[in-house]
Amino acid sequence: MTVVNRMIAGLGLGVTMTMGAIAVPAFAADDTIKVGVLHSLSGTMAISETTLKDTMLFLIDEQNKKGGLLGKQLEAVVVDPASDWPLFAEKARELIAVDGVAAVFGCWTSSSRKSVLPVFKELNSILFYPVQYEGEESEKNVIYTGAAPNQQAIPAVDYLMSEEGGSVKRWVLEATDYVYPRTTNKILEQYLLDKGVAAEDIKINYTPFGFADWQTEVAAIKEFGSAGKKTAVVSTINGDANTPFYKELANQGVSAEDIPVVAFSVGEEELAGLDTTNLVGHLAAWNYFQSVDTPENAAFIGAWHTYIGNDTRTTNDPMEAAYLGFNLWVAAVEKAGTTDTDAVLKAIVGLSVPNLTGGTATVLPNHHLTKPVLIGEIQADGQFEIVKQTVEVPGDAWSDVLPEDKGIEADWTDPLTGCGHLDTATKTCGAAPAS
Amino acid sequence: MTNRILRLIAVLFALALSPLPALAQGTDFTAMVQALGQGGFPDREAAMNALVATGDERVPPILQAMSDGTLFVRKSDQRVLFAAKSGSEFKLTDPVDSSNAGTATSKDIEKVKVNNGLRGKIRTAIGTMTLLSPDRASRLSAAQSILKNADPAMLPLLDSALAAETDPAIKSTMDLARAVIVLKSDATLDDKRAAVDTIAAHGDLDAQTVLVNALAAAPDELKPTIQTGIDAIGRNLQIWQVAQNLLYGVSLSSVLLLAAIGLSITFGVMGIINMAHGEMVMLGAYTTFVVQELIRNFAPGLMDYSLAFAVPAAFLFTALVGIAIERGIIRWLYGRPLETLLATWGLSLALQQMVRTLFGPTNQMVSPPSWMTGAFDVGGLSITWNRLWIVVFAIAVFVILQLVLNRTALGLQMRAVTQNRRMASSMGIRTPFVDAMTFGLGSGIAGMAGVALSQIDNVSPNLGQGYIIDSFMVVVFGGVGNLWGTLIGALMLGVGNKLLEPQFGAVLGKIIILVLIILFIQWRPRGLFALKGRSIEQ
Repeated sequence: MTVVNRMIAGLGLGVTMTMGAIAVPAFAADDTIKVGVLHSLSGTMAISETTLKDTMLFLIDEQNKKGGLLGKQLEAVVVDPASDWPLFAEKARELIAVDGVAAVFGCWTSSSRKSVLPVFKELNSILFYPVQYEGEESEKNVIYTGAAPNQQAIPAVDYLMSEEGGSVKRWVLEATDYVYPRTTNKILEQYLLDKGVAAEDIKINYTPFGFADWQTEVAAIKEFGSAGKKTAVVSTINGDANTPFYKELANQGVSAEDIPVVAFSVGEEELAGLDTTNLVGHLAAWNYFQSVDTPENAAFIGAWHTYIGNDTRTTNDPMEAAYLGFNLWVAAVEKAGTTDTDAVLKAIVGLSVPNLTGGTATVLPNHHLTKPVLIGEIQADGQFEIVKQTVEVPGDAWSDVLPEDKGIEADWTDPLTGCGHLDTATKTCGAAPAS
Repeated sequence: MTNRILRLIAVLFALALSPLPALAQGTDFTAMVQALGQGGFPDREAAMNALVATGDERVPPILQAMSDGTLFVRKSDQRVLFAAKSGSEFKLTDPVDSSNAGTATSKDIEKVKVNNGLRGKIRTAIGTMTLLSPDRASRLSAAQSILKNADPAMLPLLDSALAAETDPAIKSTMDLARAVIVLKSDATLDDKRAAVDTIAAHGDLDAQTVLVNALAAAPDELKPTIQTGIDAIGRNLQIWQVAQNLLYGVSLSSVLLLAAIGLSITFGVMGIINMAHGEMVMLGAYTTFVVQELIRNFAPGLMDYSLAFAVPAAFLFTALVGIAIERGIIRWLYGRPLETLLATWGLSLALQQMVRTLFGPTNQMVSPPSWMTGAFDVGGLSITWNRLWIVVFAIAVFVILQLVLNRTALGLQMRAVTQNRRMASSMGIRTPFVDAMTFGLGSGIAGMAGVALSQIDNVSPNLGQGYIIDSFMVVVFGGVGNLWGTLIGALMLGVGNKLLEPQFGAVLGKIIILVLIILFIQWRPRGLFALKGRSIEQ
């Protein structure tokens, strides 16, 4: 792949992007079903979200080739909320109220999701949210197709505690300072304490967004790891800060055999900008890796490469989550025979579609999915080697680990009378605690 | 002769280590190699131990390949083979007799999987087998792996290796490993005391780990000795810790200086609030990426020198972009700071989006040259090569810039225009030309900073945004229009940040620094080194 080719590919991408956005109003006919795509195409989050926008266009294209949905063609309406949280709410309102989309696929950060929630409630539409998140939420209008903490963080910690994972006894929770790591660390800390890890064997450290100078932090990790007990780092470091973090790890010679780092936000896309030769063996926990060896995955990657016209483009976990969300929505619309929000929400609970790792994803009454947990080790070629794969784990909206959430469930089997924060002991539907 | 005996000892030792009944030398070596490709991780470990037990010279390269992920199983006949990637195909070689086994595509072969646990065991196994290797590097890594996994069974082997060793660095590692083993074994109390002293004398973090580990299992008589050793290392480390933090501070300062020094020209000398400064840094980083990509495609042998090409390329490219910006936009806005700020802000967004469209939104990989990877120790200090080179580079840029400003005609004109534009103009200096050149110089230096930052940060369209605020902070704090001020400002902010970080954490540390700067600016609005003279009255 030469630079020139890349540039041309980039230009092509830019052109399709603009055309996608412009072409929309031209077809305002009744013979199409409109689907909203709400991902940042500029600003800080563009690095992650642009791929998901491409994925959605790819999935919609594939569905149209199969004859569309309910005899109509699907039509993507792409908007750019520009990594600006309030703009997400505005754009969501525009998609639902002005363009009249049947469902919206979008958001990445929890802040953007929280920003659009009131809009989806007010206008009663459906959001498919494709990213792993901190849990502690279940809404009538949102289907969470990424992992809840019990489908990513806790199994990863379990793996490291096991003999196979190195019997880790001492933990550094290294994180970026915002809502997802804060909540995840709260759950993990409680979980570790419950498992008998002493409080002095847990170190939690927060750094700001986009943090670039990791010298002190990595040295502190080395020092913490020299207390004679097997130490591991659980990283919830966000996007941009990861590259300098891993570069510093490699430079200071923190090898995975001594102090493994398990990350929840580092996938194939993030590794693309890194020389991974010195990072072999560090881990990531996801529900999907590109290296998964199944016929479904091979077909998906092949079709994706053909669509995007670049056979070095990686696939990643949020892409699979978007794929699952889209297929579930299609199945639910077909079952309900309409795109009406309440009918689709009623139809979707209990539906199953095959995932890319050889199992099935089922929508649970709490609007989360069943997902297998995969632990992968980074390889020198920037891919992950899967060292552990579990059976499908049901997503838990309210973590059973936290004392205040014990016995809290969510049930949207009937979207009209359902409840997102049901106390199973008292059978009352309380309001979710403010967050 | 001695070598052969030693090798025999090594084999015997390996036999003792192996949990499997020793397979006679005559059994089929090929079959044992094939066993590596079968079953799960425990099966693979058993197969590895069996191989190690043979003591065969061919085993270490096989294990190394397994650890490196270049050992594959061919799906058609389940043979275990070395695979080297060439283009889209893999060249296969038989590990047993080094014969060519043809080629295969990635679909035909499957990697022999290893995980972290197995990788550690492979390292130890290779260590025991290569402790007597004639190659210095493999002996050193062998000694280190034995140190990491000190096993009393290795003592005889280690003793013989120690006797034959001449290299001081390896000898010192072996001494340490020996002491660690003695501490674990059932040696006499006196031997153990001596061992504790040897370990304590090393005085680094690893030594401390070893002693902390030993403390729990030690007999009561030995505990005070070990505790003294730990305390001695602790005191030693504390002193080094301060030095290490200072060093981190200097390293952060060099990054701040690089990012800010171009701005101190455009903002400090010319008074332009250039919000697109960070994007010049970003363009410099992308130039590095393009240069590396060209070198990778056309002259892979020059990869280690890629940065030497990238620095001038980045300087020229960003300087030209800078001159274009000055001639195209900024010169129409002189004297209107608010409009300049808004125009350059818009420009920065446009540049980001342009790069995003051209190169895609994901990070681009800039590989570090081999001389910029890894770290070395000086006393208790651990210095990473890339940081050291960035410090050197920052100093070089600073010195060259000083020379340009103070020793060249252009520099003289720049200073003249800064101090009194109208007077300079009436003396015959072409002020528009000098403006363009000054802005080009500032941008070019930002581009060179981008080359350095590509080594430690993301090469993504957002790269510049992370540095723009810090850059302005450094320039304002140091004193607008004064390069020395920028240097001292960067040093104070960098070192201050790194000294606060261990106590308060990164988030709070940064807040404290910001508050201190605000207070300082209240007290001295013109920064550390305020320019005197007429220019400031304008």
